[in-house]
Amino acid sequence: MADLLAASRPVVDIKGLVRSFGGPNILDRLDLRIGAGDFVALLGRSGSGKSTLLRTLAGLDPVTEGDVAVPSERAVVFQEPRLLPWKRVWRNVTLGLREANAKEKALAALAEVGLKHRVDAWPLTLSGGEAQRTALARALVRHPQLLLLDEPFAALDALTRLKMQGLVGDLWRVHRPAVLLVTHDVDEALLLADRAVVLDQGRIAADVAIDLERPRRHADPRFIALRQRLLGELGVDEEGHEQQPGRRSQPAASPSAHPGDRAPRGVLQPATAA
Amino acid sequence: MTALATHPASMAAPAAQRTRRFTAWRRFAAPLAILVLWQILASAGLISARTMSSPITIAHSFYTLTVSGELLHHLLVSLARVGVGLAIGVSAGVVFALIAGLSKAGEDTVDSTLQMVRTLPHLALVPLFILWFGIGEVPKIALIALGAAFPIYLNLFSGIRGVDTKILEAAKTLGLSRIELITHVILPGALPSALVGLRYSLGVAWLSLVVAEQINASSGIGYLVMTARDFLRTDIIFVGLIIYAVLGLLADQLVRALERRVLVWRPSFVKD
Ligand SMILES: Nc1ncnc2c1ncn2[C@@H]1O[C@H](COP(=O)(O)OP(=O)(O)OP(=O)(O)O)[C@@H](O)[C@H]1O
Ligand SMILES: [Mg+2]
Repeated sequence: MADLLAASRPVVDIKGLVRSFGGPNILDRLDLRIGAGDFVALLGRSGSGKSTLLRTLAGLDPVTEGDVAVPSERAVVFQEPRLLPWKRVWRNVTLGLREANAKEKALAALAEVGLKHRVDAWPLTLSGGEAQRTALARALVRHPQLLLLDEPFAALDALTRLKMQGLVGDLWRVHRPAVLLVTHDVDEALLLADRAVVLDQGRIAADVAIDLERPRRHADPRFIALRQRLLGELGVDEEGHEQQPGRRSQPAASPSAHPGDRAPRGVLQPATAA
Repeated sequence: MTALATHPASMAAPAAQRTRRFTAWRRFAAPLAILVLWQILASAGLISARTMSSPITIAHSFYTLTVSGELLHHLLVSLARVGVGLAIGVSAGVVFALIAGLSKAGEDTVDSTLQMVRTLPHLALVPLFILWFGIGEVPKIALIALGAAFPIYLNLFSGIRGVDTKILEAAKTLGLSRIELITHVILPGALPSALVGLRYSLGVAWLSLVVAEQINASSGIGYLVMTARDFLRTDIIFVGLIIYAVLGLLADQLVRALERRVLVWRPSFVKD
């Protein structure tokens, strides 16, 4: 694949990754490269293997077939905060940190996510958003070269989700890790990422560059066009109807040699205002 | 009650306080009434002293046994038995639970064996223990230890296995070593179950003590009760029963206090 964006110094380099759980291959000779500091959104149907791919990159799933090169400095934020309830917030952040002044660093990271006032709290007393910000601080404090986010905002209310998206965008600009963000939300991908890849049939079926300047606006016509394009790649129209039932069963035959100039398949509905 | 709750805040406080005092008092009212009735029936000669001593006689015996130092002596002997038995039993239970809980090989060797032994009611082993260990302290302590080992073993084992795999996975991505995973994640996660197990162990230890002290003891609360039986002293039997009950209650309170201390992070205990 000609991942022109990732051509320079990739931090993630996956070649021919195959993963199955006894049945058909969930990941089927998948190739993906992510350049240093790139923000990549990973989209795909439920059950398409996004979490499986992310877990492989996190080192939680063994690689049995294919090559996977990932940096050792990587951190994960899951859909749930997954904090240790028996450790205070700041201790959750320093967990596994093998540096001197670990506490200071944890406090700084917590201040960065806006949780200065909750550093001594017990995790079970945090709100959902606060807990997820703690998880984000716990990831950040490790200065990851690769930040893996598996639907980190999915369980939050709409307003908190917006704030968290803004926070992640800000943190990414400051720290510049490469980010792989799994999401179901096309708008979220378009707000945050440089590149959106779509996982289908175990492969990267589409690789779409999002070259809009930040901050991005939903009303921007290019934003709307990209949204239609991505929804098309996901096989749904703007109203959530599945398109062309046959499309899903086609293997991803010609994995976009030039992701930028392939026309979206399927008939698109006219854009509804964002 | 509901009417009181809807009063304005200024009036609600003293009213609520009064209600609380009243309910607290009410809880003691019934037992107290029974006690008074019991005393009246005993004084009237309607209950024979052989069947049941009167509360005042029991209180008096309690007093004499206390000042003579006899009660304290027997109490200390019993406490020592429970203490040693519990220490051995709980330690063994914890060690086996760690072996079985933390490794598959450990589970295969330890768990199946212990599950088999567990089906045996340990009190049924008394005759065997007497044959093996004689009638001294050893069979008594062994009985208590054996009984106390299982509840803590079972609960700690299932606690270790029940640790949230999602949290465990997240901890792995933080680069914790195996030892760190055990000390920071697995053991704290299993602690609530372990404490439940400890409470059951205490209960079983207590029960075992009562049974063990009836095999040919020459001291201890059980001995006091058995000799009282020979002399038809129901008052002293009651003193012994009360001691057993109070100690059992205290032991339970002790574990609860321990729970409040070590499980401060739990929502029910969290108050910040
Ligand atoms: N440990 C496992 N054992 C068996 N099957 C699994 C396991 N983990 C994942 N799968 C299967 O692999 C497929 C991909 O799962 P995965 O969790 O990666 O999907 P996903 O794209 O993240 O979906 P979602 O968007 O719903 O989170 C699913 O069909 C799932 O049932
Ligand atoms: Mg998933």
